[in-house]
Amino acid sequence: MKKVTKEVYLKWYEDMLFWRKFEDKLAAAYIQQKVRGFLHLYNGQEAVLAGSLHAIDPKKDKLITAYRNHVQPIGMGVDPKRVMAELFGKGTGTSQGLGGSMHIFSKEHNFYGGHGIVGGQIPLGAGLAFADKYQGNDGVTLCYMGDGAVRQGSLHETFNLAMLWNLPVVFICENNGYAMGTSVARTANHTDIYKLGLGYDMPCAAVDGMNPVKVAEAVHEAVERARKGDGPTFLEIKTYRYRGHSMSDAQHYRTKEEVEEYKKIDPITQVLDIIKEKKYASKAKIEEINKRVTDRVKECEKFAEESPFPEKNVMYDTVYEQEDYPFLSHKL
Amino acid sequence: MRTIQFRQAIAEAMSEEMRRDESIYLMGEEVAEYNGAYKASKGMLDEFGAKRVIDTPIAELGFAGIGVGSAMNGLRPIVEFMTFNFSLVGIDQIINNAAKMRQMSGGQFNIPIVFRGPTASAGQLAATHSQAFESWYANCPGLKVVVPSNPYDAKGLLKSAIRDDDPVIFMESEQMYGDKGEVPEGEYTLPIGVADIKREGSDVTIVSFGKIIKEAYIAADELEKEGISCEIIDLRTVRPLDHDTILNSVKKTNRLVVLEEAWPFGNVATEITYIVQEKAFDFLDAPIIKLNTADTPAPYSPVLLEEWLPNSNDVIKAVKKVLYK
Ligand SMILES: Cc1ncc(C[n+]2csc(CCOP(=O)(O)OP(=O)(O)O)c2C)c(N)n1
Ligand SMILES: [Mg+2]
Repeated sequence: MKKVTKEVYLKWYEDMLFWRKFEDKLAAAYIQQKVRGFLHLYNGQEAVLAGSLHAIDPKKDKLITAYRNHVQPIGMGVDPKRVMAELFGKGTGTSQGLGGSMHIFSKEHNFYGGHGIVGGQIPLGAGLAFADKYQGNDGVTLCYMGDGAVRQGSLHETFNLAMLWNLPVVFICENNGYAMGTSVARTANHTDIYKLGLGYDMPCAAVDGMNPVKVAEAVHEAVERARKGDGPTFLEIKTYRYRGHSMSDAQHYRTKEEVEEYKKIDPITQVLDIIKEKKYASKAKIEEINKRVTDRVKECEKFAEESPFPEKNVMYDTVYEQEDYPFLSHKL
Repeated sequence: MRTIQFRQAIAEAMSEEMRRDESIYLMGEEVAEYNGAYKASKGMLDEFGAKRVIDTPIAELGFAGIGVGSAMNGLRPIVEFMTFNFSLVGIDQIINNAAKMRQMSGGQFNIPIVFRGPTASAGQLAATHSQAFESWYANCPGLKVVVPSNPYDAKGLLKSAIRDDDPVIFMESEQMYGDKGEVPEGEYTLPIGVADIKREGSDVTIVSFGKIIKEAYIAADELEKEGISCEIIDLRTVRPLDHDTILNSVKKTNRLVVLEEAWPFGNVATEITYIVQEKAFDFLDAPIIKLNTADTPAPYSPVLLEEWLPNSNDVIKAVKKVLYK
């Protein structure tokens, strides 16, 4: 694995802080009704992404996930302004305003979505890996899903096929404790999600998801296995979401104390503590990072605000490759 | 009469039926401890306990099929899909098993099951979360499809759906759960397969169903100011379709507009249009107009979504067009 240097820690701090503040801004914009529909935020889970990105080569490796998907594309190199614009429904958004919060995509940056149907992305992830293997590329796909999604049949069919065909894919369950209001304990007769790999003889492990180093190590090992041609891995990364499932969740299924317990092992704080302890940055330097983050988030909001809404024809032009497809009309 | 929310009408219908019949149970994602993703089963876990109000993991294929299997062995399940978009994960169990079992077994196994949940768009939820599958399900012999538009109809029809000995697809809307309407305290049911004339009128017939019918009410109010009288028929049941109510109205008004929130290709409106031209061709004074969503997946952006959905202005234009005004 690439060494976790001072620079890595500083990057992790700035990235994770930016993701956190970016999401906070979206929450505020949602309350102002500038962002609509469902809004699922990633606060608390940032170390899963930070650690994963450290272990991959974004030029050839691929990411696919569910609807909690605003910051992963940013991590892969997508301009965050365009992600914010997508959520504002603007024509400058990553999907030209067609996809919204749950459907961020970037072909250019190897980010394959952004999927709203729980479990729907699991076979897709294996399919990306299938194509890499078929074409002789040495890219690896990281396919993320929630703890709720692992109960879908799609996971079980896909695990079997991925093992049968030895696909270069890493399945990552972000176990944040809940699927909406349903705790993991209420979805199965045991809570060790990683053990789902055992029935398929798939290498599998549980990982501390509040610490990016631990995530990076586990993902690195899995990615190398896949890249060597030794097939899939299943990681259960234990993390936590601080906010409700989406913006309309009253969260009666958990206590405030539970949330506070997890905030004590917050990934951003953990990384900052190490930066301070090892004197990787002065107070002034940290302040500088904090300010840069605030400014960048503001820029995103400004860009999203000021961007125009899409033209009506994009709703049609984006459906088929065929340019003159004869749509039925619906307005007189 | 008392006024209650749509979600309460749903909860009352299920609860009353469950009190009457031990073999009825409710199953789905977040239906029990969370009281329903949209609170349409509020209080039911407390009353009936975890044996009969059952939270499932996210496993639509599994629990839809378990529902059907349990119906083959004496139970009367109500299976909730958090929305019908997610029913696609389990649609094989509905189409290949629930709908076919009775005929395939030579009449031995009827399937008294209700699959219920919200349908169609509910704001800016984009392509996968804004779909109306009424016509898909209605296309399948063996199923009945019910789509109420107000709390009174919802309660009476859901009770009938639960009592029905065949599989019923019962479709609601996230955007209707908060709607209030008059619902009597006492017991009542409404028959499946019977449309309801929501407004009598003489100049034009507007047929619709589900939450989009509200756009027809708005249009009819506007048109009334211009002296145009609209008759509004609420189908309430899509399969079987109440031909008589539609045909009688068209024979009176001689003009028909059908408003349906669904993609335009081969939908419920198309079926109605066919029936009317077949059975009442000579009564028509203008070509029938159907108003649907755009022929595309639902977009997210507010400006596009507004364009995508049919609205009251479209209804007004259509009515004037069939009246040659
Ligand atoms: C097939 C399907 N069923 C139900 C839903 C509704 N739904 C959206 S998110 C969600 C919970 C998923 O939880 P989890 O997989 O743990 O992911 P998390 O939200 O915690 O990231 C549910 C039930 C859906 N989108 N798709
Ligand atoms: Mg979860």
